[in-house]
Amino acid sequence: MHKLLLDQPGKEMLVLGNEAIARGAVEAGVACATTYPGTPSSELSLAFFQMSKESDLYFEYSTNEKVALEVAAAAANAGIRSMCVMKHVGVNVAADALMTLAYIGVKAGMVLLTADDPFMFSSQNEQDNRYYGKMAGLCVLEPSSLPEAKAMATYAFELSEKLGEPVILRTTTRINHSTGAITLGELVKPNIKGSFTKDPFNLVAIPAVSRRLHTRLLQRLAEAEKITDQTDFNYVQGEGAWGIVCNGVSYNYVCDALNDLGVADKVSILRIGFSNPMPVAKVTEFLKGKEKILVAEEGEPFMEEAMRSMAQEVGCTIPIKGKGPELFSREGEFDPAGVRKAIAGFFGVDLAPAASLDLSDLPEIPARPPNLCAGCTHRAVFYEVKKAAEDMEIMHPTDIGCYTLGVLPPLSSADFLICMGSSISTGCGFSKFIDQKVVTYIGDSTFFHSGVPGLINAVHNNHNVTMVILDNGTTAMTGHQPNPGVDRDAMGQEGYNRISIENVVKGLGVESVTVIKPYKVQKSVDAIKEALAYQGVSVIIAQELCPLYAKALKRPAKKPFRIDMEKCKDHRLCVDALGCPAMYVENNKVAINAEQCIGCAVCAQVCPEHAIVPIRD
Amino acid sequence: MDPVRLIIVAVGGQGNLLTARVLGEAALASGIPVHMSEIHGMAQRGGVVESSIVFGDAQSSIISDSEADVLLGFEPAETLRALNRCNKNTAVITNTSPLPPFTAAIGKGVYPPLDRMLDLISAKTASLKAFDALKLAHEANNPLGLNMVLLGALIRSGIIPISADTAKQAIKDNTKQAFLESNLKAFDLGFEAAA
Repeated sequence: MHKLLLDQPGKEMLVLGNEAIARGAVEAGVACATTYPGTPSSELSLAFFQMSKESDLYFEYSTNEKVALEVAAAAANAGIRSMCVMKHVGVNVAADALMTLAYIGVKAGMVLLTADDPFMFSSQNEQDNRYYGKMAGLCVLEPSSLPEAKAMATYAFELSEKLGEPVILRTTTRINHSTGAITLGELVKPNIKGSFTKDPFNLVAIPAVSRRLHTRLLQRLAEAEKITDQTDFNYVQGEGAWGIVCNGVSYNYVCDALNDLGVADKVSILRIGFSNPMPVAKVTEFLKGKEKILVAEEGEPFMEEAMRSMAQEVGCTIPIKGKGPELFSREGEFDPAGVRKAIAGFFGVDLAPAASLDLSDLPEIPARPPNLCAGCTHRAVFYEVKKAAEDMEIMHPTDIGCYTLGVLPPLSSADFLICMGSSISTGCGFSKFIDQKVVTYIGDSTFFHSGVPGLINAVHNNHNVTMVILDNGTTAMTGHQPNPGVDRDAMGQEGYNRISIENVVKGLGVESVTVIKPYKVQKSVDAIKEALAYQGVSVIIAQELCPLYAKALKRPAKKPFRIDMEKCKDHRLCVDALGCPAMYVENNKVAINAEQCIGCAVCAQVCPEHAIVPIRD
Repeated sequence: MDPVRLIIVAVGGQGNLLTARVLGEAALASGIPVHMSEIHGMAQRGGVVESSIVFGDAQSSIISDSEADVLLGFEPAETLRALNRCNKNTAVITNTSPLPPFTAAIGKGVYPPLDRMLDLISAKTASLKAFDALKLAHEANNPLGLNMVLLGALIRSGIIPISADTAKQAIKDNTKQAFLESNLKAFDLGFEAAA
């Protein structure tokens, strides 16, 4: 049985933050969970997926975050408790639906989990999604610890039902990817049978309806303001004339810093766990008798600005600071030492930082950047496109996935990227105004996520672009989640239909469609040459399984390759053009690490001397 | 209990996260508060994987620069790279078998000589225990048991408030049956090597 389904109230268990949230949702009786995978939220979706195989929970990997939110919204409007999971940038995709869903509201509890990523460990920006709560008029909860993450996940459903609105549960990487102990609570039997009563004048967002619903949303927000002032998730700790306001993981750093500095008795902490709407009465009360207040929050000055505005209302003029020089940065994530330093500086406490080591005499350590795996099919395609375009100048808009790693030399096959699905649409724009030929890259999952509308645009407006769809049969970057093009039978999962990318592309009216097998180098190069010469929209679909995924599916392994030293003339074309991590240079000679080589044979086809040969045993 | 802060650095695939997991379970079984954090986004693409574990009375799950009490390194150059997390009182335990990054393998960057790396670490920190953990893993008939060898050495250091018996029980509860015997053997070899 899945460990998060254990019916043993009181049992203590060591879990990942994402698992704590999943358990909290299960204890609330969640019956529908939807997602598009994205770090740092992926393990939460995985836990739901695994549990759905052993329980009544309905789970789906949806095509994108907007679709995921809409599926969950429908469930919640049919009386089913639902949760929708995504990373912070995913909410941008879902935002269109979210803003109006706040008007329509929900019948059963619905929770939107947004996993924000300060410092961008694996993201393209570090936006602070608390502002989505403010913009949509929805409540935002922010846990500081794993037990609280679980408790908030449960409570969020109750709050949602009380207000008739979705609730945003906002985490950061250091909650999602931290590990700690939780205590299991009672399991409830989820309601899995929904019903729908027609009520178009409350559920169909036409202007006449929405004007009234906006009024209702504001009334609900006023109700939420009362709750946020009463909830135990917003609390004051300690007494003292110095005030610190904090949220999420910053609360932990603040607590540790006060102990380290020995000033816990001088400081009063206001910990905000329910951050939209901010608790006006609690904040106003907190201001009384304080000399000065420091707001410790990662990201944007969300609470800081709210507090200043509340202070202004009551004529309080004490310093309220947070972001600024010598204080907290709006960039990156917090750490204990930085928080300690800011607190010490702001309140004038002596600080004896741990003496750092003099590392000026360290030799240069070679960088260890992430790299496309040995035998990665994307590497072959990047090489082949370059080869096919040897006498052309090419510009490459790329997209979100493993293949973004193609930005690094020697492949250098990524020139522009903003977000999921932007490769083909920005490619349309570039192609109109620059002289270079535009060749765009997109993965299979991303194609279904948001590449299709861009391709429709390209066809309709007759742009001159080549779209390369890197179909490696899985959503590789986030850990091999399925997507609509995946053969789920091969994963041992029945009941799913597989969508053919080729049929979709042809169905959209693309006249030049070529399917290549990227491990066959010359054939691929020839096909790509033709596609590049085509005036208008041409699409190349490169089909080959992600090698890590193929291994997980237990596909038969091929023989690794070696260098035949008698034939090798040391061109280094293999190393210089492909950058495969299975190759290395030793004693000025190229060699292949047989443990890493998966036998894709691309390097063997690149070598002009045919000096790369399979190992025969 | 005063906090003890442990950083584990490794290259993707070396078993860092499992080691952290075993330590966390062992702490839970010992009644010691534990907060852990990991950065693993690029684990399968040759990147560095880092775990932070804070044992004892603290609430933070990450460790700032210069503030690790123990640094456990699975790869010597990565141990050296993580020296900014240490101070002069830090204990360092490292594997000495190198796994040169791809950049060095293709001649873009030079992998520093092992002796020089160990001398530098030793000179700047309170103690250094360095040995070929990969060799011991092979001895245990488990090339993937490098992490268990290093776990044994860490427990032997006595800095982490976890007994060998508790650690072994956590290994039993958290590793695959097929590897259990060789994992325990690897743990013992690491434990002996760190004597």
